[in-house]
This record gives sequence, structure tokens and C-alpha cells, in this order.
Amino acid sequence: MKVFLSLAWSLLAVLAALLTGGVVLALSGYDVGEALGALFKGAFGTPNALAETLVNTTPLLLAALAVALGLRAGLFNIGVEGQFLMGGLGAVVAGYALPSLPWGLHVIVVLVAGMLAGAGWAAIPAWMKARFGAHEVITTIMFNYIAFRLVGWLVRVPLHGPGSIPQTRYVVEGARLPVLWADTRLHAGLIVALAVAAGLWWLLWHTPWGVAIRAVGLNAEASEYAGIRVVRTVVTSLALSGGLAGLAGAVQLAGVDHRLVEEGFSAGYGYDSIAVSLLGANHPFAIVPAALLFASLRSGASLMQIEADVSSQIISVLQALVILFVAAEAGLRRERELKAARKATAAAPPAAPPSSGAGLAASAGSTGQGQEA
Amino acid sequence: MVPAVALEGITKIYPGVIANQDVDWTLEWGQIHALLGENGAGKSTLMNILYGMTVPDSGRIVLEGREVRIGSPSEAIRLGIGMVHQHFQLVGSLTVAQNVLMGMEPRRFGLVDTSASHDKVRALADQVGLPIDPAALVEDLPVGLQQRVEILKVLARDARILIFDEPTAVLTPQEIALLGQVMQRLAAEGKALVFITHKMREVQAIATHVTVMRAGRKVGVADPRRATAAELAALVVGRPLKSPPETPPSAGGATLLQVQDVSCRSARGLEALRGVSLEVKAGEIVGLIGVEGNGQSELVEVIAGLRPVSAGRILLAPRGGGAFVDLTRATPGARRTAGVGHVAEDRLRRAVIKSWSIADNLVFDRFHQLPYAKAGRLDHETIRQRGATMLARYRIKAPDAQTPVGSLSGGNQQKVVMARELDDRYHVLLIAQPTRGVDAGAAEAIHDEMRALRDRGAGVLLVTNELDELLAMSDRIGVVYHGEIVAWRARGTVTREELGRLMIGGRQTGELGTPA
Repeated sequence: MKVFLSLAWSLLAVLAALLTGGVVLALSGYDVGEALGALFKGAFGTPNALAETLVNTTPLLLAALAVALGLRAGLFNIGVEGQFLMGGLGAVVAGYALPSLPWGLHVIVVLVAGMLAGAGWAAIPAWMKARFGAHEVITTIMFNYIAFRLVGWLVRVPLHGPGSIPQTRYVVEGARLPVLWADTRLHAGLIVALAVAAGLWWLLWHTPWGVAIRAVGLNAEASEYAGIRVVRTVVTSLALSGGLAGLAGAVQLAGVDHRLVEEGFSAGYGYDSIAVSLLGANHPFAIVPAALLFASLRSGASLMQIEADVSSQIISVLQALVILFVAAEAGLRRERELKAARKATAAAPPAAPPSSGAGLAASAGSTGQGQEA
Repeated sequence: MVPAVALEGITKIYPGVIANQDVDWTLEWGQIHALLGENGAGKSTLMNILYGMTVPDSGRIVLEGREVRIGSPSEAIRLGIGMVHQHFQLVGSLTVAQNVLMGMEPRRFGLVDTSASHDKVRALADQVGLPIDPAALVEDLPVGLQQRVEILKVLARDARILIFDEPTAVLTPQEIALLGQVMQRLAAEGKALVFITHKMREVQAIATHVTVMRAGRKVGVADPRRATAAELAALVVGRPLKSPPETPPSAGGATLLQVQDVSCRSARGLEALRGVSLEVKAGEIVGLIGVEGNGQSELVEVIAGLRPVSAGRILLAPRGGGAFVDLTRATPGARRTAGVGHVAEDRLRRAVIKSWSIADNLVFDRFHQLPYAKAGRLDHETIRQRGATMLARYRIKAPDAQTPVGSLSGGNQQKVVMARELDDRYHVLLIAQPTRGVDAGAAEAIHDEMRALRDRGAGVLLVTNELDELLAMSDRIGVVYHGEIVAWRARGTVTREELGRLMIGGRQTGELGTPA
């Protein structure tokens, strides 16, 4: 019930954002109806449009789960873009260098290779944080640039495939994710992404490791006090976050690209995923609709540009509005819940009359003043 | 004479709870008026109304004979009302003068005139007898001096009615004595002071009038110079408090914890402990006291594994006997597994996760162990059941065990920590400031629980700033000064005065800066 209610509120916030976006469009002199119509048609209007939206959802979702895991552990992993790219690199090498594996196994090896590449790439800043206290926001951003240049050079020189275009060889047929919907590009990566969302939810809320991750993210000093290995948790969380980002890259490569190009493979998925994760309150399930929303804005933008002559830049404005409205709504909701919790505490039945020698129980209790001043 | 403040028929109702019910209360010029009551008795609400943070549902506020509406703290300040907050409202990275004169800095050519600021603050400080260096950074000052800044800030805004919200909670006995003198001087100048506290001895020493509140109502007034501390406490709780049982000093059993020549550095890299040794035996409470910043906090952290030693060893006798194990390099988790529990001094920073439920906080130190985790999977049902059990057993005041700990009062948060740590899985307990910010009834209960733990054979190391608590609970008392334990005394062989002298290590009473 509570989940549906908060989902309804989020939807309302998205609608309010689209309305405000409409006002912006109107003020800019566009035909609002035509523009938003084209946006919707471009995202969901045809079977192919719908499939493309889901194709876009897949890497966004996986990358956003990577961001969410980091944030749950108190880490701002800005390096998802680079880890995504490294994941693609690992996947493409595993995808054409090992041609003799049976079909099902080969795809799995490709995905694992991408995951390991992303995890390894994130493990370096993680180690730097543990060893030298280097802040992960700085180091992971730096590692994005290193990844861009490194992959660019690898693709142009040692891994350059046949032909003059700077790109690697294509992965073999058996290393590709199967297409789910004939005549579209929709591939099985979507199922992988949804399974990872469920798995991450299970990890965070149903395993002791997940408790440790969330505890460290909320209060590292208290976690240390309670006996949690804080440094180890931070390092493994950042590496696993990088692993999920790498998996996102591997899924994109095995499902859509099938080879690595010099530039444009990650296509900003890594950066957009930060917004998606925040929009979904870093909750694996709430991130699913958030990723779908951002993917539909992405895939609807081109038709909006073609049909209504609206610059696709306006999509960035829309995305920003969505984040603003949803964040405002979430902030207000948190305030409401906190107030309700305090009132409930204040209204709790007073402690029973004192009994002699009942230890702590003999206290006459108190109300919510702990938060005052 | 027209009273400084007259509150008439104040009622404030929050959904489900009556915070103030028809309260009449008068504050005269020259009074130091203590407001007593348990957490939740309504004294904070009453003062929040006076300070403009809440508006009453009904009733009148009459200030110097004139009815006023106070809609915000800035209006209250304009009307001459100031609050010395329990949690200081200071900017640590700014200087004393910048904090005191924030928003009202003297200017010169449109720029802040720093030397005039310093002169102004120095003059104000000397006038009220709270000397301080205006150029010092607030974050470099010990707590007692930070509070001076907070007081000066209020006085700089010409407050004539001053509300002190639990000002002594974080102070040492010497600092409390000095604060008392300052408050008395301000009252003698004709200002009106409100003094919120849980400590009866301070009320007797400092206050001139007492109003007691219980469950939102004013239930009595008292003359602090005639009422005894026990009478005041009974008025607050609404029943006589038991006098602490006269237990003979425990000789103690086998040694459980050995700290040998331990040294360590503080967070700032200064030497905090210089070769401290101590033992805690089974069935014994060892109390430590010292002026804040003398190393007692670091000692607890070192034993808990939260701060590395630079020299020395920490040895623990395993539960059920056997050879000592060396914990000097063990992780905090390993020490907990070995049987060392820890009630941290700073509850919210160390001991709980505010946004988590009571139930989750109760297993914070053991969620990865049976029966709370089985085969790598959390057993939420067992965690929930334990939460409900402990909620009832410790009478933690909350709707249910799923309530976030952050929404509880300080006293109830402390009960959650106590319920978790005073557990038979730990046979050595490090307990720091167990009753800080906790009302008298809850403090009594916490003390009972500590005695019960000791009587079951646990060894307790108690670190506290409360002399009364220390004297009532400890079988042996160690005085920490300058990173060393300079004296040991057995129960009943030491007076408050002697402890006070030992704590300042022969320094002048007026000199309150903490040693490096």
C-alpha cells in the first residue's frame, strides 16, 4: 500500500514536471501538443519505438544500480561511465578471442569478463581511498578520462579490427545476447538487468553483507563501533559497484553493439545513471521505473526533433525538471514521515507505573525531545 | 515590580500529546529560575514558546507588562530574549569574535573591522567575567570555552532574559562552578535567567527559584536553598527515588581486563595517553574521572579498538577463564566477539544509526550472527521479535520496535544502547557517560542495570563527568590527568573536593583550558 502510494506521488511529480516542460516549450514558441505528442510517439508509439525504449532502459538500469550500490555504502561513484566502457572492452575481447565455447556458456563468460573488467577498474580508486584516503569522487572522475583514452588507443591500434573504421572485431555469434522480440533490437539483457535489480535488493536488505553496506553508508563511525570492517566494506562495495557498471557495458556490447567503437559506446549512460539512481531514491525497485522514464525521454527526443522541430537539448531541460520535481516531492515526503514518526512517539502510551527493582524498566520514559535544539 | 516574563494559561497540544496544559509561570528580574522535569514534561515546549520557536494554542505571553506575540527566534532576540543552546550554534572554522558578532560586525569603509571586533568582544568578555581570546578559532577551543562563546553571543545581542538549556550537560565540575558564578553575576546585574537541567545539586547551588513540570503541567514550586536534592527529585519524578543501595565495595574476582602501559595519540596527533595501566576485575565497577580532554575518552576508544595504540598492550581474560588473549591489534569486531561491550559516549555519532528502527539497532553488533542471520540470510522475524521483547523489558517509549531511533528522546535512545550492550554476551563493559542528557528516572534505572550486570560477574569500566554518578557506582576510582592515571581511591575513601583537586592536577582553579 505504502509503496503504491509513494509511486503515485512520484508519477504526479513526473506529470507536474512534464506540464512545466510544456510551459517552457510554449514560452519558446513551440507547439506544445505536437512536441509532447511526438515525444510520446517516439518512445511508445510503435512496437519498434517501444522496443528501442526498452533497449535504452537496459544499460541505464544496470548502471543506475551500480550508482545506487555505491551510494548505499556512502560512496559517490562518478566513474560508472568509465567502468561501463571497461566492461565493454572486457566483453568484446572475451567475445571474439574465445571462439570455441558453447553458445550459452560463451555469453555468460562475456558478461563475467565485462563485470570483472569494471570491478577491476573501480578497484583502483577503491584501493586509493583505503590506502591514501583519496576521495572517490575525484579519483573515479579521473579514471573516466583514463578509460576513454585507453580504450580509444586500444581500438585504434592493437585491437583495430579489419577495415579502416577504428573499431574492434565483432564478437562471434555465440557471444551475443539473444533477441527477445523479432525484428527489433530488444535483447535478453533486459531480463539480466531486472534480475540484477532483484538480486541487489536481496543483497541489501536480506543479507548481513547488505546490512553492513547500508550501515557504513549511513554512519561509518557507528559501524566501526559495532564491529563492521568499514574499510573492507567500502573497498568491496566500490568494486562491486564497478562490477555492475562493467556488466552494464558488457550487456550493451553483447546485446546491441557487438564490437567496440573508438568513441560513443558509453553514450552518456554512465552519467545519466546517476540521475536515474537519485530519482529512484537509490532503491533497486524504484530505479526500474526511473530508468524506463529516462530511456523513454532519450528515445522520444529524436522524433520530437524531427516532427516538431524541437531541439533535443530541450530533453535535458525535461530531465532536469523531472529530477527537481521528484526530489522536491521526496524531500517533502521525508519531512512528513519524520513528523508523523515523532508524533507517534510522543503519543505512545506512557511507561507503566514503576515497579521496584525492574532495572531500566523503572524509568518513566519521555517523548520526542531528543531531536530538539 | 513588573515581572520580566509572565506566561498565562499556556496550552500547546500536538496531535496525541498535550505538551503544555494551562501553564502559568512568572520570571522576575534577578531570578535564576530552574525549570525541572523529566524529558517530555513540557519544559522545552514552554521555553520554545518563549523563544518564538512554537506558537501556543492558547494563553498569553506578557513581557515586561506588555502582551506580545513571538513568532520567531529573531523576534525573541529583538525583544531581549536569548537562548544558550545545549548544542552550541557556532561555526567552528570562524573565530570567537566572528561568531559572537555574526551579522552585527563593526564596519569600516564598508568592510568588517577586525580589530574593532576583537576590542568589542574582549570588552564584553571582561565585563561579564568570561575572558576569552577573540582571535581563537572556535573549533580549537575546549567545550567549556565554546560555551563562553555561546553565552557572549547572546549577551552581545543585549539579551536581558537568558534561557540556559541544559548548559552543564557537557561541562566538568570546575566549569560548572564557574558557569554558576557567571550566572549569579548576570542575575545580580538584574537580568532574568532560566536554567533547564536534570541535576539537582546544580539547582541547589545556582538557582534562586524552582518550577517543576510533569506531563505538561506545572506541578510545583520550591525554594532550592531549602529543599533537599532528594525532595526535588521526588517532585520531578512524582514519587520518591530510591536512595542508591549501600553496597559494600566489591573486592572483585579474577582480573578480566588488563591495560598495560598504553599510550596513544588524539585525533589531532597530540599525545593523549602516556603509559596508562589499569585492571578491571570480575564483579567490579572501576570509575574514571577527569577534566574533558585529559585522555579518558581516548582510553575507552583504545580498549574498544577504535583508536590505535602507540605503545602498550591490552589483554582480556576469555569468558569462563583461561589464558589472557592479546587484543592490542584486534579489530573492534574481534574485541566484541571476545566479549568487550561498549556504551559509547557520543550516542548519535557512534552508538546508533538514527534512521534505523529500534529492532535493527538492537542487533547492530550481532546481525551477522546466529540466530539473526542463518546461512548468509537475515532472519527479519527473529530480529523483530527480539525488538518487541526488549521494547517491553526496558520500557522504551515508542509505538513499536519499528520506530526509527532518531525520533526517540535522548533517554530512550540511551535505553536502546543499554539494552543492546548490557548483555551477557559481554563480560567486560566499557561505559562512557551513560546518563548524559538522561532524566533522573531513566538514570536511576540505568544505574540499577549496571549494578545488576556487575553482580552477575561482569567487569565494568565507567567513564563519567558526573561526580555523583562516579561516587555512587564505582568500587574503585581513578583520576585521569594529562594522559595518566594520577590517583586511585577505593569506594568511600574520597570526597568530592579531593577529586576536584586531583582532576586539575595542582593547576589553578580558574584556568580551565584543557592540557594538550
